[in-house]
Amino acid sequence: MKALVCVKRVIDYNVKVRVKSDETGVELNNVKMAMNPFDEIAVEQAIRMKEAGAVSEIVVVSIGPKQAQETIRTGLAMGADRGIHVEHDGELEPLAIAKMLKALVEKEEPGIVFCGKQAIDGDNNQTPQMLSALLGWPQGTFASGVELNDAGALITREVDGGLEDIQINMPAVLSVDLRLNEPRYASLPNIMKAKKKPIDGTTPADLGVDPAPRLTTLKVTEPPARAAGVKVASVAELVAKLRDEAKVI
Amino acid sequence: MFQDRDETTEAIRSGVARLCMDFPGEYWRDLDAKRAYPKAFVDALTEQGYLASLIPEVYGGAGLDLASACVILETIHRSGGNAGAAHAQMYTMGTLLRHGSEAQKQQYLPGIADGNLRLQAFGVTEPSSGTDTTRIKTTAVREGDFFRINGQKIWTSRAEYSDLMILLARTTPRSDCAKPSDGMSVFIVDMRENLGKSITINKIDTMINHSTTAVFFDDLMVPADNLIGQEGKGFRYILGGMNAERILIASECIGDARFFVDRASAYAREREVFGRPIGQNQGIQFPLAQAHMQTEAAMLMVERAASLYDQGQVRGSEANMAKYLAAEASWFAADTAMQTFGGFAFAAEYDIERKFREARLYRTAPISTNLIFSHVATHDLGLPKSF
Repeated sequence: MKALVCVKRVIDYNVKVRVKSDETGVELNNVKMAMNPFDEIAVEQAIRMKEAGAVSEIVVVSIGPKQAQETIRTGLAMGADRGIHVEHDGELEPLAIAKMLKALVEKEEPGIVFCGKQAIDGDNNQTPQMLSALLGWPQGTFASGVELNDAGALITREVDGGLEDIQINMPAVLSVDLRLNEPRYASLPNIMKAKKKPIDGTTPADLGVDPAPRLTTLKVTEPPARAAGVKVASVAELVAKLRDEAKVI
Repeated sequence: MFQDRDETTEAIRSGVARLCMDFPGEYWRDLDAKRAYPKAFVDALTEQGYLASLIPEVYGGAGLDLASACVILETIHRSGGNAGAAHAQMYTMGTLLRHGSEAQKQQYLPGIADGNLRLQAFGVTEPSSGTDTTRIKTTAVREGDFFRINGQKIWTSRAEYSDLMILLARTTPRSDCAKPSDGMSVFIVDMRENLGKSITINKIDTMINHSTTAVFFDDLMVPADNLIGQEGKGFRYILGGMNAERILIASECIGDARFFVDRASAYAREREVFGRPIGQNQGIQFPLAQAHMQTEAAMLMVERAASLYDQGQVRGSEANMAKYLAAEASWFAADTAMQTFGGFAFAAEYDIERKFREARLYRTAPISTNLIFSHVATHDLGLPKSF
């Protein structure tokens, strides 16, 4: 079974994101970029399934500017077999991405698609669900456990208040959650091997998708700074403040 | 260093940075207090293949250039760690690689590449001859298929954590040679089978957690097959390795300098005294700006030396200048960080005092500042030799 893993290049999670002074977006110049952490978990899951013999080939896909190839290369260095880069500069929305992924799924015919549950930049959490709908495939979202069985796959989902186990048919689209695994990092020999693995290039037009955004961003601003707290002398005062000032009880 | 050179360099940089995240300040502080060897860290670097970066692919390494190795070491030091316990596993094999026979390379390099054989001890310096290498007293006398070795080495780092040693010994007395630098030979010595018999290693306690030793050879019999290259040409073989060592250590200094500037700037932005961040005071921010600029300038020299090395054109001068400028930049940055952190600089928890102690080493080792001045004065400026 072939696995398709979707990865996104985002601002490194260690970087403190700054809003551009003209409020049109966030500062990306000279900012360290990295693979979306949830996507690393998705790549790791595919590699573990390949090591277990359940997956035969892992294809890593990224849609974005030229530098997205670095993100694909990271996936290849972790252990994926080859990459596909859909080159596009500028804004992309989940629906356009899902449509491009659908076109790639139809071409590559994987038995399973892995995505991170969301990207840490936009926090949209939409692409895997849209892809599943467009393909008419089952979806297993927020997966913290993936177990293949004769009937398909048993997915453990992280839901509010606990874990939910669902049985789904295959092929399917999975979006993975934080606790599914701890991704490996690439060793030097694997970084060197990754240099020789192929990355195919394509474009939204080749895939027959119009990537033009349907939304307009009006303004991006910093969240308001938190005001300083106050110390209270007693429980009674705390309760009084919660009731009379904060009006939460 | 070598920012945006290519995708592979960036992948290496982030791979090493990621590895270092598993070895935070607590790890190094604990080792420092115990004066212990960072085994877990060295094992991780070995497993991830970084210590084999300079070994050609045919012998199981990554076949990378010196510039890539510089990036690896800089990244370790920038993270707050210290590569001193392991960096020699990267470059000590260079003497073997450049001058050893094919059979010797086949015998040792694959084991060094996968970490099963540790070659990180370099026996050159002696109590009575430091940089004045031609006066070494350790002798190797040919007896049939063996050389009988007697003498003593000092400041041999990591000898306790090394299986093999590259050893320089006199095979012809200095007085019988046309040139003082003739008559010395290089051997690859397997210390494991001779330890406690003809080889004795005594640990030397130091200011920092840097494993260094005195090594004694008492009728050590080394097979003649372990002679590297030609007999009597050893001094030349050792010199080439020294340039690589100096450039790599200069990269560690750049990493240290970055660590100090990163940490001190972050502290100066956040620490408030008299109702404003201390970094707003020019007395704090100007030295930090100065430290940053000195680091950038030194980095350019290190990059140049590494690039020349990779083109096979480096001279001792460039390697020396890179080491000097980087060590000075790191020392200034270290002192500036001490001043910026105020009293907290002395609290072990902030890692500044530990790194400050560590940074001082490189104004002395692997070659001291005055000897660099002397080298540059005589080789680059045509001034008479002062000794």
